[in-house]
Amino acid sequence: MPTILMPALSPTMEEGKLSKWLVKEGDTVKPGDVLAEIETDKATMEVESVDSGVVNKLIVPEGTEGVKVNAPIAVVLGEGEEPGDVSAQSAQRAPETVSAAAVAEAVASPTPTAPAGVAPVSILEAASDPDLPAGVEMVEMTVRQALNEAMAEEMRRDKDIFLMGEEVAEYQGAYKISQNLLQEFGPERVVDTPITEHGFAGLAVGAAFAGLRPIVEFMTWNFAMQAIDQIINSAAKQLYMSGGQVTAPIVFRGPNGAAARVGAQHSQDYSAWYSHVPGLYVVAPYSAADAKGLLKAAIRSNNPIVFLENEILYGSTGLVPKVDDYVLPIGKARIARQGKDVTIVSFSMGMRYATQATEKLVAAGVDVELIDLRTLRPMDTRTVVESVKKTGRLVTVEEGWPQGGIGAELSAVVTAEAFDYLDAPPTRVTGKDVPMPYAANLEKLALPNVDEVIAAVNAVTYRS
Amino acid sequence: MARKAVAKTAKSNVPELSKEQELAAYREMLLIRRFEEKAGQMYGMGLIGGFCHLYIGQEAVVTGVTMASKKGEDAQITGYRDHGHMLVMGLDPKGVMAELTGRQGGLSKGKGGSMHMFSNEHRFYGGNGIVGAQVSLGTGLAFASKYRGDNTVSISYFGDGAANQGQVYESFNMAKLWNLPAVYIVENNRYGMGTSVERASGQPDFSKRGISFGIDGEQVDGMDVRMTYDAAKRAIEHARSGKGPYILEMLTYRYRGHSMSDPAKYRSKDEVSTMRAEHDPIEQVKQRILEKRYGTEESLKELETEIRAIVTEAADFATSDPEPAASELWTDIYAA
Repeated sequence: MPTILMPALSPTMEEGKLSKWLVKEGDTVKPGDVLAEIETDKATMEVESVDSGVVNKLIVPEGTEGVKVNAPIAVVLGEGEEPGDVSAQSAQRAPETVSAAAVAEAVASPTPTAPAGVAPVSILEAASDPDLPAGVEMVEMTVRQALNEAMAEEMRRDKDIFLMGEEVAEYQGAYKISQNLLQEFGPERVVDTPITEHGFAGLAVGAAFAGLRPIVEFMTWNFAMQAIDQIINSAAKQLYMSGGQVTAPIVFRGPNGAAARVGAQHSQDYSAWYSHVPGLYVVAPYSAADAKGLLKAAIRSNNPIVFLENEILYGSTGLVPKVDDYVLPIGKARIARQGKDVTIVSFSMGMRYATQATEKLVAAGVDVELIDLRTLRPMDTRTVVESVKKTGRLVTVEEGWPQGGIGAELSAVVTAEAFDYLDAPPTRVTGKDVPMPYAANLEKLALPNVDEVIAAVNAVTYRS
Repeated sequence: MARKAVAKTAKSNVPELSKEQELAAYREMLLIRRFEEKAGQMYGMGLIGGFCHLYIGQEAVVTGVTMASKKGEDAQITGYRDHGHMLVMGLDPKGVMAELTGRQGGLSKGKGGSMHMFSNEHRFYGGNGIVGAQVSLGTGLAFASKYRGDNTVSISYFGDGAANQGQVYESFNMAKLWNLPAVYIVENNRYGMGTSVERASGQPDFSKRGISFGIDGEQVDGMDVRMTYDAAKRAIEHARSGKGPYILEMLTYRYRGHSMSDPAKYRSKDEVSTMRAEHDPIEQVKQRILEKRYGTEESLKELETEIRAIVTEAADFATSDPEPAASELWTDIYAA
């Protein structure tokens, strides 16, 4: 290709000045030789020769302004090449970027009912909870024990699984979730790290690229802010960026949300943050059984998982089925109570307020349907939408801030997909839009509570 | 220039490469050079979009290091100036170029771009766009090597700019603490984007950056493939034999701007042309090949023709291959 074309300095450049020729007709050039200087209002750049040859013709004289990108500016002939008709040579053009119509088609075709921009239903499809054998023994245990059992069982099953984090080994876990794991699995698989969240999160993602299956414990999710780049930019996007080649099978877990009286920097709910990110699964269980079944599923997943626990819930007890392998589907909400008057949707700690409110409301004659999302991404909006079609009313409950929250997302989905069924505006109960205060009374005010849930239900059912 | 880096390296006791090694190094470096020149040209034509960071001038670094490693067994990872690493690691030039043009035959199906190409098969883990992130990730690759006891090492490349990121030192600390088989290669090309090392670094000798962690390091003439190979051999052997991490600072130079839209106003033309004229990594090998009669002008010309054909084929493929199907928008988000 003997023609030298006017290069672009940037994707947005359309024309520039050919300020100077550094070769003349008849010169011999080799790759790397500077042929010319071009400039725009922003930058100056050299045009280098890519081929060897002889400068046959300088088409555009130096000093010419407004030379269009990709316009022929010179002819360099290689050995044995003849000068062709320059004007007839069509410059290779960049292809049109994917047309808007093509994108619209891609969005529309997989799932006509899904709102624009949402992934096809197929990847959101989750199985139902497994049927339990008749007469299965139910064991009472804390959420803490359930999480501990989940890790221990999985680590027995697969030697590629290891646990890493601050104080997970010798100290037996800052919240004792990893109790006795060091004793059973040894220091190679239960690894105390320095206080270095960014570094060890990245290290664990690298180990996952290499095929190991790390569980990373963050002492709290507040500290994972130091590591969020590695979670999102390295783990969540890896499969996509690699065209499906490199997976990051990794679980990031730890307590999320407000504990008690620990102030603004230690009391934050990251549910909405992580649920925003394609490539992550985000799990936030409430009950001990869900904590166990979903953590086991998370560890088995070949995807990066953000597993949001709650410090206050660690000590709460629940019944966990005693079966060999209790694994629950990620991406499936649980209908905690069926009802027909109003749908309350919550997850994690919010379920505590929602459950207590439901008990009072039912006693007062309101037939509440209570849904525990359990997984925030993929979000089981189908279960919520079907419920709202039945009840006509939605109340969401979460500890996180209102703007861009889980409740905001559910309100949008329900408004789009069940608009004609709604008898009242979707209503959110959230943490207040302030950093978490320390004073006991203010902290209480900042968090959602049972009365607020009841008030919201009364509002949407027009009871006063 | 404040750095007397290149001049500083003693030329006595320069390690010798065998005929085969010299010829192989020449070929690898020439492929990178011609490939990158073509990529620069295609960028100028609007065929490559977004970012495009060329490796021209730095070829001896990855070439020497990879020659000293167990190719396909030892893991390698780098930042965004990554095309050269891919080619030397054995990734298909057609696939690399087609990724640059965003086509379906690209190594990441056109979904990654210049900074995001990977190969499990060749144990190349990118291609990372966040400055410094590859150092933690590479340390994790070393962690996996040790965990499995498979006797491989992990080689992490990063620039003088990335060397000031906090996670680099978090990684150094863990690598030493756990004695991981990690080799850290600082590709010091003197500029983090447009900021010279002197204007960005309190300690501009990056080989010393491991001292407070107890990690040894050395400065290497990164323009001389004999030196990069020899130093890398020592560093890799150190890591593989269980002695833990090692740092090599490769004193190198990029001829082109930071990216394609870099006006390069922060350095003089003389600086660039002096480096090209006196320290070009490819010319150095070429001179030795001719002096030692490992090859002739004619045989090198034949090689040049062969390389050119590879690059032309890659460019042709990358311009004729179709863009990914619109349905690809929705694939590879989650693994099965």
